[in-house]
Amino acid sequence: MTAVLYDAPGPRAKRRNLLLGVVGVAALVAVAGFVVYRFAVTGQFEPDIWQWILYKNIQLLLVDALLNTLRAFAVAAVLALVFGAVLAAGRLSDHRWIRGPATVVVEFFRAVPLLILIFILYFGVSRGLGINISAFTALVLGLMLYNGSVLAEIFRAGVASLPRGQSEAAYALGMRKTQVMTNVLLPQALRAMLPTIVSQLVVVLKDSALGFLILYPELLYQARFLGSQGQLGSPILPVAMVIAAIYITMCLLLSQFAHYLERRTRRTRRVDPAAPVDDTAVEMEQIRAATP
Amino acid sequence: MNVLLDNLDLYASAFVGTVKLFLVAAVGSIVGGMLLAAMRVSPVPVLRAFGAGYVNIVRNTPLTLVFFFFAFAYPRLEIVDLSFFARACMALIVYTSAFVCEVVRSGVNTVPVGQAEASRALGFTFGQTLGTIVLPQALRSVVPPLTSVEIALLKNTTIAAGFSVFEAGGIYQNLSERGYNVLVGLLWVAVGFLILVIPLTLLQRNLERRWSVSR
Repeated sequence: MTAVLYDAPGPRAKRRNLLLGVVGVAALVAVAGFVVYRFAVTGQFEPDIWQWILYKNIQLLLVDALLNTLRAFAVAAVLALVFGAVLAAGRLSDHRWIRGPATVVVEFFRAVPLLILIFILYFGVSRGLGINISAFTALVLGLMLYNGSVLAEIFRAGVASLPRGQSEAAYALGMRKTQVMTNVLLPQALRAMLPTIVSQLVVVLKDSALGFLILYPELLYQARFLGSQGQLGSPILPVAMVIAAIYITMCLLLSQFAHYLERRTRRTRRVDPAAPVDDTAVEMEQIRAATP
Repeated sequence: MNVLLDNLDLYASAFVGTVKLFLVAAVGSIVGGMLLAAMRVSPVPVLRAFGAGYVNIVRNTPLTLVFFFFAFAYPRLEIVDLSFFARACMALIVYTSAFVCEVVRSGVNTVPVGQAEASRALGFTFGQTLGTIVLPQALRSVVPPLTSVEIALLKNTTIAAGFSVFEAGGIYQNLSERGYNVLVGLLWVAVGFLILVIPLTLLQRNLERRWSVSR
């Protein structure tokens, strides 16, 4: 195997790589062993600290928390997609008086930290203006505003990455502006951007954990609650591990779906050279979307 | 306006806290990300697998969960008693390193293999290939996305405020204790972040435009 950095290894390089491998494994095992040792010494593997997992009420509590997380995610994802589509339409508009405000909105919500947005909605609006906003509404609105703005950029980049010949040909056929967009550009752009859009939905799911900080009763909130129960032995580490497993599994599944879509679009593209897509633009957008 | 002016001390110390946390975590995450990227492109399969596993898991973990672990669970392990600032730095470094790693790795991968092969054919040593051929080209495609990762890090420092109050995101609690309008106070925090983030965003776009390689 030859990579950019390394040539195919000869006998000396093979020996060196083996040595590096042994040292690397030893270092990793040492670190993992130390962590497990600390877990064992502080009694995190004792049976009674894991007892809570058998109680039916707690299981139901966690299922309820999971549903709350998923509800916030689902509502926020749909709203963000709609909001993003509207903003993208605004940013792609030919009229400056629409494009300008849309750009300002996108830039503003992408620059302000999501948590500050949620705090503004939850603490600021309720205490400052006296309008009562539930934690759920504040969380969903915050997620919608931030991720909608990011999605708007993704949609726009998808349309911009198409070869100009596509829209020129459509105009030459006598299509109107809206027809060009909805019949020619959007279907291609959506297909190219679908993996990126799904990756952004992973971000929505991850960021729904911010609801913990405004006391929305989702997974982390219940983990904190259970972890502080003295009569269960304050099992914060065991609960945190279970919650982490749930979160990581959900996000990994969604990420895998995004990967699957990406492989699929790539495969068809190779077969069908008639629809070339600017790969570097798409790739850069994917890197950008993957940033936290 | 007077919410800002009356509490200038509060805003100043809070944003200094934000910037400190950002700088420490930025340096740490770049070092950590480079190490991970070195593992991910190394010829040793075990290190490659570890790097890939770490990046895959951490990228699919909510940052709030990482903070949750360092804020509440880490003290239970009784390893070393760290201040909350240090634990917040660790949480941000653990999380952001995975993203830095991906940016660096995909940057290295944009360099065509032919470049390295040609330099080897010319008799360049490993160090020369890396230093004069591969890295200068990789850098151009790494720095712009790296800047966006660090911008995201700057925004993520606010999550530390949810767990403890020492930086800009925590101002609202102090303000409501002092009896000021929380909404106005929080809007000023947002403005502060705009002032911090927008120059970085402009820099990033400028780099992206000037450094984009036409291949």
